[in-house]
Amino acid sequence: MSKRIFAVLSLLMIVSMVLAACGGGKQAYECTDPIGCVDIAPGDPIHIAYMLTVTGSTAFLGEDSKGAIEIAINDRGGELLGHPIVLTGEDSGCSADGGQTAATKIASDPTIVGVIGTNCSSAATAALPTISQAGLVMISPSNTAPALTDPNGTWQPGYFRACHNDKFQGKVAADFAYNELGARTAATIHDGSPYADQLQQVFADRFKELGGTVTFQGAINVGDTDMRSVLTSAAADKPDVLYFPIFEPEGDFIVAQSSEIAGLENTILMGADGLLADSFPENAGPNADGMYLSGPYVSGASYDEFLKKWADQIGGKPPSGFHAFAYDGTNMLFDAIEKVAVVEEDGTVHIPRQALRDAMTNIENYNGLTGTLTCTQYGDCATGQALGIFKITKAEIEDGKWPPDVVWTP
Amino acid sequence: MKIDLERISWVDVFLWVFRIAAFAAIVVGIYNTLSAGRYTSEQWVTLIFSGLAQGSIYALIALGYTLVYGILLMINFAHGDIYMAGAFTAVFLAESFAKTGFLAAHPFMALTILALVAGGVSLGLAVLVERIAYRPLRDAPRLVPLITAIGASFAIEYTFRGLYGPGFHAYPPVPALSGSIPIGNFEVPTVQIVVLVAAIVLMAGLYVLVERTKIGKAMRAVSEDKEVARLMGIDIDRIIVFTFAVGGFLAGVAGVFNGLFRPQGVYFFMGFIPGIKAFTAAVLGGIGNVPGAMLGGILLGVIEALGPNLFLEGLGIPAANQLKDAIAFTVLVLILIFRPQGIFGERLAEKKA
Repeated sequence: MSKRIFAVLSLLMIVSMVLAACGGGKQAYECTDPIGCVDIAPGDPIHIAYMLTVTGSTAFLGEDSKGAIEIAINDRGGELLGHPIVLTGEDSGCSADGGQTAATKIASDPTIVGVIGTNCSSAATAALPTISQAGLVMISPSNTAPALTDPNGTWQPGYFRACHNDKFQGKVAADFAYNELGARTAATIHDGSPYADQLQQVFADRFKELGGTVTFQGAINVGDTDMRSVLTSAAADKPDVLYFPIFEPEGDFIVAQSSEIAGLENTILMGADGLLADSFPENAGPNADGMYLSGPYVSGASYDEFLKKWADQIGGKPPSGFHAFAYDGTNMLFDAIEKVAVVEEDGTVHIPRQALRDAMTNIENYNGLTGTLTCTQYGDCATGQALGIFKITKAEIEDGKWPPDVVWTP
Repeated sequence: MKIDLERISWVDVFLWVFRIAAFAAIVVGIYNTLSAGRYTSEQWVTLIFSGLAQGSIYALIALGYTLVYGILLMINFAHGDIYMAGAFTAVFLAESFAKTGFLAAHPFMALTILALVAGGVSLGLAVLVERIAYRPLRDAPRLVPLITAIGASFAIEYTFRGLYGPGFHAYPPVPALSGSIPIGNFEVPTVQIVVLVAAIVLMAGLYVLVERTKIGKAMRAVSEDKEVARLMGIDIDRIIVFTFAVGGFLAGVAGVFNGLFRPQGVYFFMGFIPGIKAFTAAVLGGIGNVPGAMLGGILLGVIEALGPNLFLEGLGIPAANQLKDAIAFTVLVLILIFRPQGIFGERLAEKKA
């Protein structure tokens, strides 16, 4: 039975090959890429997907990245290689299961060339195996967990990030705390997510390296509302600095409840880019006055121009700090597509997937908003220069000023 | 007490060993923590009072579970979301009160209005849920309304998500409640005392309502035996609606208290965990028993507040603070194993089941 099917199939194949050879004088494109090609017929769009957190408490991150992707597409007139660019997306949330669901949906669509996302490291960690298996390129605007670009960690082929690795952010935060604030003891709190856990660990290691003492490394759960017990544990040693690189609303609770706990009167509060959200100062309330946030900081003439485009096309100001990375990441992906795509006379475009990955890996001295980017073998493209320390004041809490002022850059 | 040796089974032996082990773990944990002396007495007092305030909020929600269980023998798992409904609606009113300065100028009146609005919304919703989801299933097997309750819970959550959006809101700070009150040598935040006292006043009111008024008597009669109560001329449906209304009102007010005690994190899913905790509190006190729910709530709040630092740290458990919820649910498991009827509860086997 199976022999007969095999015979019929091989006959069909031979016939089709003969027909193809006879059909006109044109040389048909043959895909030799080890993980396949995306073929785009004339007039069909080039399909890019985003995988961001666009609902829920971390939606500020998704909106921030999504606006930048749209601006990057508009900058090219909505076209790439003469084909319109189509952007579709999935909500990956800020959780492992959200990332997994979004990745499964995206991997099932063979027209997708590349993915911009995710925002949260937890979502990326879960999404990456599926995305990588599907032969896609994924470039993240805001995954900062070190393990994602560590070949012994959760790295998978096809993964890139345009934002800083938290090895940089943790170091900047610890340097600021030790050298600028003069802190000698520090406590940290994380929420069990890969982002928060790894960032506080980098901070703690660097702080110890500088000569400081880490008195307490605690953890809470996402969804906890009462932080008094963890704050009391932290307060037992009266640390100079409390670093909690977590998200809203848990960060709000820590800030708001910190004033009730004896022993934290002289402790300086410090958060990270997860709390760099325009809603944070108001939600956290008066205790946020004078606290610091480590996070991405971009400046320069081209960035000002970008902000102007944002105001024109999206309106207002970006709600978080990762838009510039999203813009650079999207452009890097487009450049790489342009570089590897094979364009036929009639306008058909073939994009070999492995070649696209290689082109991303080989990006060198790319001039972006966030500095000069060079991608490593394991997908780290950012330099870690675009970082700063922000200070929250009454203006942010009461008058809605955003973003806060940068008080220190490395 | 006479022990019949032949009737002791391995299960009994296992349970006794388990009891002793659980007790020993707690004692060792407390001893180690206290002898390490990491925390000052001031810090313990802070934890206890925040636990009392949190516990009184649990107690108010738990009363809704226990009242409904007492009458219908069903667990209203949508009750946590009824609590959310009041808290979520009142947050917008609170924001506008804060903007206009009303909250700062007349804090007592503003808070009373907030509590009444939140209580009213929750009351209305509780009655609506009873009418739509539970009454048509009054005579169905007991599993059916339980599953309907879960459906009602999701329906409420996502309705509010649709109405008010998925974002987080925060109650504005109340200037009159900032600061602290000295109790002995310790400073306790005013807001915690106010929440505790107000909750106790409400619970006392409920106790009087159930024990001393005519409608309370009717409630107790329906809970005792529906059929006989009907024969005595009590309108059962009216009493059931009234019970849901009282439970809903208390939950809504608890939502405002929660907003004072812990202003942040008001969103559509906020009722889930407090709902389960309050259910735990109701079981702890003895489900169906009104004073039991009050005591169970307050006890659970304090155990939860002290637990991570007092028991778990002494046992050398890392990241003890992540296990806060685990403590509450361990209490539920332990109470189900060792005293299923709860602290004040009566043995159901003898009466109702």
